[in-house]
Amino acid sequence: MNTRFVGDSALLVDTENAQAAQQLRAAIHRQSLKGLRELVPAYNTLLVEFDPLEFDVMQFIRRLPQFLKTSPLRNLVREHDIEVTYNGEDLKEVARVTGLSVIEVIQYHSAATYTVAFLGFAPGFPYLAGLDPKLQMPRLKSPRTQVPAGAVAIADEFSGVYPQATPGGWRILGHTNTVLFDVSRPVPALLMPGDIVHFRPLA
Amino acid sequence: MITVLEPGWFTSFQDRGRNGFAHLGVPQAGAADSLSLRHANLLVGNTGNAGALEITLGGPILRFEINTVIALAGGRLEAHLDDSPLPMYQSIPVRAGQVLTCGRLLTGLRCYLAVAGGFSAEPVLASISTDTFAGFGPPPLRAGDSLSVQTHTLNHGWYLRAPPQFPDNVMLRVIAGPHEKWFTSSALADFLESEYEVRTRSDRTGLRLAGRQIPRSNPGELRTQGIVSGAIQVPGDGQPILLLPNHGTTGGYPVIAVVIHADQPRLGQLRPGARLRFESVTRAQALAALEAGETDLRTALVPADPGLLAARSLMQLAKSHPFLQEASVQMGQRKLRLRR
Repeated sequence: MNTRFVGDSALLVDTENAQAAQQLRAAIHRQSLKGLRELVPAYNTLLVEFDPLEFDVMQFIRRLPQFLKTSPLRNLVREHDIEVTYNGEDLKEVARVTGLSVIEVIQYHSAATYTVAFLGFAPGFPYLAGLDPKLQMPRLKSPRTQVPAGAVAIADEFSGVYPQATPGGWRILGHTNTVLFDVSRPVPALLMPGDIVHFRPLA
Repeated sequence: MITVLEPGWFTSFQDRGRNGFAHLGVPQAGAADSLSLRHANLLVGNTGNAGALEITLGGPILRFEINTVIALAGGRLEAHLDDSPLPMYQSIPVRAGQVLTCGRLLTGLRCYLAVAGGFSAEPVLASISTDTFAGFGPPPLRAGDSLSVQTHTLNHGWYLRAPPQFPDNVMLRVIAGPHEKWFTSSALADFLESEYEVRTRSDRTGLRLAGRQIPRSNPGELRTQGIVSGAIQVPGDGQPILLLPNHGTTGGYPVIAVVIHADQPRLGQLRPGARLRFESVTRAQALAALEAGETDLRTALVPADPGLLAARSLMQLAKSHPFLQEASVQMGQRKLRLRR
């Protein structure tokens, strides 16, 4: 299993895919290891952050294959319908670059079935796998300093929704009123890794 | 209770930040200079995670409605308690009705004001830190705010033996990688020989640096992955970004090197125009530096008052600071030393 140190307090572990990164996180999390600070699963890596004065990282690396063998937790997969008003700032530009009409862009984006691959960037921001290849394009060259909360956007092979107003470089297709992250909920993130998401266009 | 008469340029609550939520995309946030936060808390007898005010550039004016003890640690701040200049790195008793007036920061970028017991704001995900990226936690101070304080026993008369300095020219120790292969073969050596300047477009998420371009051998983007504070990311234009504690949890720019943990608190004190150089060290050297820092902190505090009163305070301190290994006080020709 390929691992690389990131500074003196973190280790990056390569995984086969996003789902494997989530399963490895769950397996390590169950161990309650002393000095472990954060486990950040992403596209095909798991970042392990630790307190180097408390955490035995060499022993951890030796035990990694064993963590992988533990049976994966079967998470309850939930399905979500998210209503979208397709009036995004980049809708016309996406249509122009892809050679599609605006209507077709909306159809391709809302017809797909998405899976939450991982949460990253900002609190509750879902990286949604399943974007139609016709809509795949790189993020903006120069990110916007402020993207509004609820912006539904695309970048590369993902779609996503901005839970808070933050800077951002994804191309905005529309907006939703669905609250994605609420700290007063027991699980603050509405969309969790593995969940299924459909976008429903509002007239 | 403390009344905010003037909020200052940008003053926020900060503690050690949100820990254990990065997999949900929640940034750590917390004090940009975590060591100065610890110094300020230590001086007033708080545990390390108590919330303090992070004063940026300067400016707040606060009226105390209670008797308490305060301490300032971090960049050198022009501060007055009523008309008297207020020394830094000391625990100072404050009476109800007194006004603390903060002027400019003369060195560094941030100064921490701790109050005995800590500030009590509404925690979000177990932290009162203001997250400037995601917009969590209590908002930055505004004029007219009333700040609540936890009750606490009041010890004063302590000072820090060796306060740090915050020069604008610094050498930061780094560990190379993890994405060396994304750069040309001489990029790392060139980076380590060059000087970089902190640009004005810097904030609590990161420092934007200007200097010798770091050439990439691979112009693409990484697959999105978890990122750490202290990482030196290199976007396509070759001008590095040094990540601070309020950074987003994941990113896609390759990282040429990561500032070691022991040097990360310094990053929160670098103002625009500060000049940085980087020195490559091994993991063993990084750990030794971190351990040395923790050892220093255990003996950092010294009581200022000689005599019996100080001796009594010494015993109180030992009780309230289980991590304090040693403290000593001079009484005339004799030295009183307490060792655990």
